[in-house]
Amino acid sequence: MGKTIVITSGKGGVGKTTTTSNLGTGLAKAGKKVVLIDADIGLRNLDGVMGLENRIVRNLVHVVESEFDFDRALVRDKKLENLFLLPASQIHDKDAISPEQMKELCHKLIEQFQFDYVLVDCPAGIERGFKNAIAGADEAIIVTNPEFSAVRDADRVVGLLTSEGKNNIRLIVNKVRPKMVSKQHMLSTHDIIEELQIKLLGEIPDDEEVIISTNKGEPIIVNDHSKAGQAYRDIVARIEGREVPFAQLKVEETFVEKLKKIIGLN
Amino acid sequence: MLDFLSKLFGRDEEAPSKVTAKERLRLVLVHDRASMSPQLLDILKEELIGVISKYMEIDKEELEVNLDSSSDSVALVANIPVRHMKRAEA
Repeated sequence: MGKTIVITSGKGGVGKTTTTSNLGTGLAKAGKKVVLIDADIGLRNLDGVMGLENRIVRNLVHVVESEFDFDRALVRDKKLENLFLLPASQIHDKDAISPEQMKELCHKLIEQFQFDYVLVDCPAGIERGFKNAIAGADEAIIVTNPEFSAVRDADRVVGLLTSEGKNNIRLIVNKVRPKMVSKQHMLSTHDIIEELQIKLLGEIPDDEEVIISTNKGEPIIVNDHSKAGQAYRDIVARIEGREVPFAQLKVEETFVEKLKKIIGLN
Repeated sequence: MLDFLSKLFGRDEEAPSKVTAKERLRLVLVHDRASMSPQLLDILKEELIGVISKYMEIDKEELEVNLDSSSDSVALVANIPVRHMKRAEA
């Protein structure tokens, strides 16, 4: 039986869409049948991040308005034949669909098409778009960054999810800069978990390769040499129920820093 | 010499900024969570009344329970007017 997971954050720009595309790709590569729903009606972007922006015919709103006719709405991934995207509409706004319709949509995708995973990319904010996105979710993944406002917003989202009875919530800390963490100028993942009191799913280092891969419309998870890619692969394994140890993100030392250590200045 | 080396290698003398961030975050989350669910404070109030009433007669109407904060801490402040003390049972 498949399940629906919402990827949410409260704050914008923390990496929800990037995370959705990477987790979807990773789960599909692991042999699962996966569909990604872009719930950001009016500001669709998951299509672009996946490199599928030229293949869209019908979208989420069309499907709901046609009483769940999925014909030509699910866009197949360029490489993986068990990965699909249900894009958002660019011309409607968030109240074009209701939480009840969203719930039914997720159920239908699992029952009619036997998807193992329905991943919902939630819009920023906590208004209608958020309420729609979480409506059908069995589990939630919160993405945050190691900074005051992102963590504060994440805490608010935890509160809203639990008040909706959604208690299976796990956290991804994205854009971690190990060097700043080691110098105590950035909140560590441990600090964040301590404040939010939710389970950790993984931490992703801030990696320039992510920007490069997004430019190409390819998820970083397929890049074997990228640290962010490795972090996403670990997270996929954890979602699949495997125990993967939480490796500390390593600080890369420059020559001057190595020298500092030798003469005992740090 | 050591001073010179410190400067050269840019050694950090200031308090680490994440400590400040974490402290600020902790305080703001206490307030956010309390204001998000005033029900929680109401439940606490009811339970406090239950416990205290075992030992003394209090003025339930005048009872106040609030979160008070200064710049570096948050305290639960309760103002509970007592009408009568119960007699200790022998």
